[in-house]
Amino acid sequence: MPTSNEIDCGFEAQDSFDAAIEDHKRIEPRDWMPEGYRKTLVRQIAQHAHSEIIGMQPEGYWITRAPSLRRKAILLAKVQDEAGHGMYLYSAVETLGADRAELTRKLIDGTQKYSSIFNYPALSYADVGVIGWLVDGAAICNQVPLCRSSYGPYARAMIRICKEESFHQRQGYELLMTMMSGTQAQRDMVADATNRWWWPSLMMFGPPDGESPNSAQSMRWGIKRHTNDELRQRFVDMCVPQAEALGVSLPDPDLRWNPERGHYDFGAIDWEEFRQVVAGNGPCNLERLRNRKKAHEEGAWVRDAAMAYEKKRAGAASVATSGPPR
Amino acid sequence: MIAMGFDNVYESIGEDNDDRHWAFGTGFSETLSGVEQSLPIGIDVNDLAAYCLMLGDDALVMSHRLQEWVARAPELEEETALANIALDLLGQARLLLTRAGVVAGSGMTEDTYAFFRDENEFLNVRLAELTDADFGALMARLFVFSSWRLAILKRLRASKDQVVAAVASKGAKEITYHRDYAAQWVVRLADGTDESRSRIVAGLCALSPFISELFTASAVEQRMLYAGVAADLADVRTEVVGVLLEVFSEVELEPQVLGAGYCALSARGGLGGELDSIRSQMMGEHGSGSGREGILMGAIALAEMGEHGSGSGREGIHTKAMVELLGDLQSLARSYPGATW
Ligand SMILES: [Fe+2]
Ligand SMILES: [Fe+2]
Repeated sequence: MPTSNEIDCGFEAQDSFDAAIEDHKRIEPRDWMPEGYRKTLVRQIAQHAHSEIIGMQPEGYWITRAPSLRRKAILLAKVQDEAGHGMYLYSAVETLGADRAELTRKLIDGTQKYSSIFNYPALSYADVGVIGWLVDGAAICNQVPLCRSSYGPYARAMIRICKEESFHQRQGYELLMTMMSGTQAQRDMVADATNRWWWPSLMMFGPPDGESPNSAQSMRWGIKRHTNDELRQRFVDMCVPQAEALGVSLPDPDLRWNPERGHYDFGAIDWEEFRQVVAGNGPCNLERLRNRKKAHEEGAWVRDAAMAYEKKRAGAASVATSGPPR
Repeated sequence: MIAMGFDNVYESIGEDNDDRHWAFGTGFSETLSGVEQSLPIGIDVNDLAAYCLMLGDDALVMSHRLQEWVARAPELEEETALANIALDLLGQARLLLTRAGVVAGSGMTEDTYAFFRDENEFLNVRLAELTDADFGALMARLFVFSSWRLAILKRLRASKDQVVAAVASKGAKEITYHRDYAAQWVVRLADGTDESRSRIVAGLCALSPFISELFTASAVEQRMLYAGVAADLADVRTEVVGVLLEVFSEVELEPQVLGAGYCALSARGGLGGELDSIRSQMMGEHGSGSGREGILMGAIALAEMGEHGSGSGREGIHTKAMVELLGDLQSLARSYPGATW
């Protein structure tokens, strides 16, 4: 039974949490927070971390196959960044009491999700450019507002991550520009990749606002800043002129400027496809998880060895401190 | 207050390049800015170009093998470390291949060298091209490779070719980190669990047929040493032996773990009859429990000596692994003639 004193503390804590949210102040790991807030954040950040790690795979395939050494270096640096993003995010989620190994287990057994976009295949080198342009581009739209997340460690991780994502976006776009001024075969590759990635990247913003049940609470808590549809519209508005500059057409006959709204209208998204991919029936779901699982299992003996080694050293150190008997 | 506003999501795209991402920006050529690019007087340009290719190919091919570990490392920290090492080596390769093209005056670039030479034109040591059975094998190979390359680059800082000297002085700093990283893993694995010890032993044993090549100067290397351009491989061997023994002794690994390779290292020569004694010593040393399998793999590697024992990467002779590596490296670049990337 809690004492009345503790209950008072609870009320006070809730009040000061609410006040902090109200004043747009940051919540830090040692601050009291409601259990729902903690849980929602753990789920959100873990899912984000998993996406960074799984997201290494589609492009990772092309590193050893890159068509020039400069492109190879750019791609390798990018994929390395994504591993780094995963690391910061797992650290952020660990401040909420979660454990990286446990989260990894949940990723591998499918309990926790990652962004569905990575269940589509990267079929040609143009995909590397289009992923940078559209997928990293959509990630930026989603994540820049999270730099103002009410949870301090997450917000700080996002600032660094967003900076690197925008770098990726620019590099991807620059690759496409180069390819568009190359041979016809290259232009065809760009067109094909754009056609395949356009709709999936629109789906990256999640279901329409009417079908996004947790959004309102997350907005109140300051861990989501804009609705899915708002972010999606921003993304479309930014991409259309970029596609024009590139000289590539986006695969949507309904895409046109609406002067009254001051936005581009766009066609209906195939949400059934989205649900199928989320449910595990995308083209690469099995492969992505299988690869992750394989790497994790093959690394088990290495992690065990590192742990055994640390233990031995810690043991040796404590013997050394206590000194030999005289 | 965070300056990044929602309304200008792409604002930061216009920011200056991050130095770490030199590959995208101007950092690549800046590495050599202020370095004397003219050819050293009295040096045979074909020899110098070939020497640059040797050093460049070692880095390019080792980097490729490290790139294959992306998204399959045992831990995220290793993921980023391996990619970092691969990036450093790729950077060194690009500078050296570019230098080879300039020196030869052939119009060859880093890319034509990397993507349009055939297997027998690659001059890397075969140790660089081997595939790795597991993370232990990779760490064993990276440890030996970077100990060797560091010893070379340290000496090349005084090379008569100013570009080689500049690449070496930048590279030596990078490789020092690579060597320390790998050495720490060799120690951790050797002193971790029985399984990890047997795997690191197996990884080291598998290298044995490819060790002597590291210290055998080709005709080009001999001439370049005489001309004051190349590193003296006898000196290099002395340094590498010291480094390996230091790390091995920390975790009570017998130097014989490198098998025939150790024979070459210690200049004891004479392989034939010694193989059996090395093998039996190794079996006696660590031949219990799950270690046995690792020892056996090492012994098999020793037995294969006959197959790999002749020829050298420096002469363009490679293992089967190289064919498959070049297939990955080159096929995309070769299948789009006239394309620009
Ligand atoms: Fe990322
Ligand atoms: Fe990214």
